[in-house]
Amino acid sequence: MPRFPKPPEGSWTQHYPELGTAPVSYEDSTSPEYYQREKKAVFKRAWLHVGRVEQLPRVGSYFTKDIRAANASIVVVRDRAGQVRAFHNVCRHRGNKLAWTEDPKLDSQGICRQFTCKYHGWRYDLDGALKFIQQEGEFFDVDKSRYGLAPVHCDVWAGFVFVNFAPEPEQSLREFLGPMVTALEGYPFDKLTARFGYSTTIQSNWKLYMDAFAEFYHAPILHAKQSPEKYSAAAAQAGFEAPHYQLDGPHRLVSTSGVRFWEMDADLLKPMEIITRSGLFGPWEKAELGEMPPGLNPAGCDPWGLDSFQLFPNFVILIWSQGWYITYQYWPTAYNTHVFEGSAYFPPATNIRERVAQEMAAVTFKEFALQDSNTLEATQMMLENDYVNEFHLNDQEILCRHLHKVVRDWVADFEGARR
Amino acid sequence: MTTLLPAEFADLEPFAAKWCLPTEHERYHTRLASTMDEMQALYDAAKPRVTDAMVYLEKLPFDALPEDAVNLLHLLYSTIEVSFPVEVWRQPRVPDTGSASFDCFIEPVP
Ligand code: FES
Ligand SMILES: [Fe+2]
Repeated sequence: MPRFPKPPEGSWTQHYPELGTAPVSYEDSTSPEYYQREKKAVFKRAWLHVGRVEQLPRVGSYFTKDIRAANASIVVVRDRAGQVRAFHNVCRHRGNKLAWTEDPKLDSQGICRQFTCKYHGWRYDLDGALKFIQQEGEFFDVDKSRYGLAPVHCDVWAGFVFVNFAPEPEQSLREFLGPMVTALEGYPFDKLTARFGYSTTIQSNWKLYMDAFAEFYHAPILHAKQSPEKYSAAAAQAGFEAPHYQLDGPHRLVSTSGVRFWEMDADLLKPMEIITRSGLFGPWEKAELGEMPPGLNPAGCDPWGLDSFQLFPNFVILIWSQGWYITYQYWPTAYNTHVFEGSAYFPPATNIRERVAQEMAAVTFKEFALQDSNTLEATQMMLENDYVNEFHLNDQEILCRHLHKVVRDWVADFEGARR
Repeated sequence: MTTLLPAEFADLEPFAAKWCLPTEHERYHTRLASTMDEMQALYDAAKPRVTDAMVYLEKLPFDALPEDAVNLLHLLYSTIEVSFPVEVWRQPRVPDTGSASFDCFIEPVP
């Protein structure tokens, strides 16, 4: 008997019949050729999250970002009118990378009044307009008004900055995000500014890590050694079931039920969890954040643990009931490598106990994520050997099934439209 | 001799030079480079003092902690950092993560 009711069709997967229930192939994660198709069909077409507005506090604040999956390198800046804009980070003179510090291969950030090219000193204002050419008289009729920085489509939703590399995006950002995601509007992302940020390079296809955080079926098994034995044994015995799954266009959501650690026996907990009153699910003292938007915990789960909103293609916003949130982002660098960025955001601590509880939650999060990421390399190696290529996904893995289907659909749509 | 910690926490002073570290990067890598005995010693000494330390620190202005108080806070963070191997894993690294690493590039201060 399922612990939570399933949809009338009998399963979450069958509730969305376009997904099918057949075994799946992971060829989309092991082929250099498919990755090239994915870059064109997905990463050069979808709206991609690149940062938060808090990274651009003032006029002239900027950050750069290399997005290899779109063969792009951009600079995102707050212009004189206070708008967030994005440009290709390339000088119009002879193509030098415009904004960088020390190592041009690394992303950088800062504040400036204008951008000056390090090579021959051409200057651009914060709106991207070309303002100055060194020894302009030596050139042959360069009309400065025609050679501003090349713009990239850029828009902001709920403080998250997105860019789109299509010549003309097929949808506005709002249309792309759709009703399930935009119903999160009103969540106080702007107040949760205490950030723990981590990054790492993973030797696996980006979708395998999306999959790892799209299902919690693995949690009681892969993470068993994180907890006292008694807790792990009980968790493995119970298995994992989510009370709610939801798909909306290319995006997906899972809600989980809450755990009241503070009511548990001490032998189920780690001593440091009891002392700091914190752990994997966050501080036991819930941060009071006011009224929550209707899009959060849309099925009204009680007790509710978290909502993981997985935005196509490569961005996840995971909101915990205890008043904090996590983001995950997966940036492909090849068919079998990607850069992973994970951040935990809390309301800025106002006292020691809050801060210590945040530290405990952040350290715990990292230790779990280390186990997740190490496993991916083991999976990637074996998938690439290609002796076995049919794999079974259960109903708790519906979101993995959906991600791979959406990628396939986007590739087919794009290639179909060009034929 | 100069001390790093407030006088009330003189009992933890022997651990201060090694473990009063301001960044997660330093704390994590010190953990990986330490033996279980070294981490057990810190844990055994500091764990019973965590609540005392929080009570002590709570009396000070959180946004303007004096240097010795900040050191004490960093020692608390290190105690959290070593609690994972000491309480459950019996090894410095979380099991089955031989080739994985995460770089912490931003964290709240203090
Ligand atoms: S390449 Fe930028 S000024 Fe020459
Ligand atoms: Fe996990």
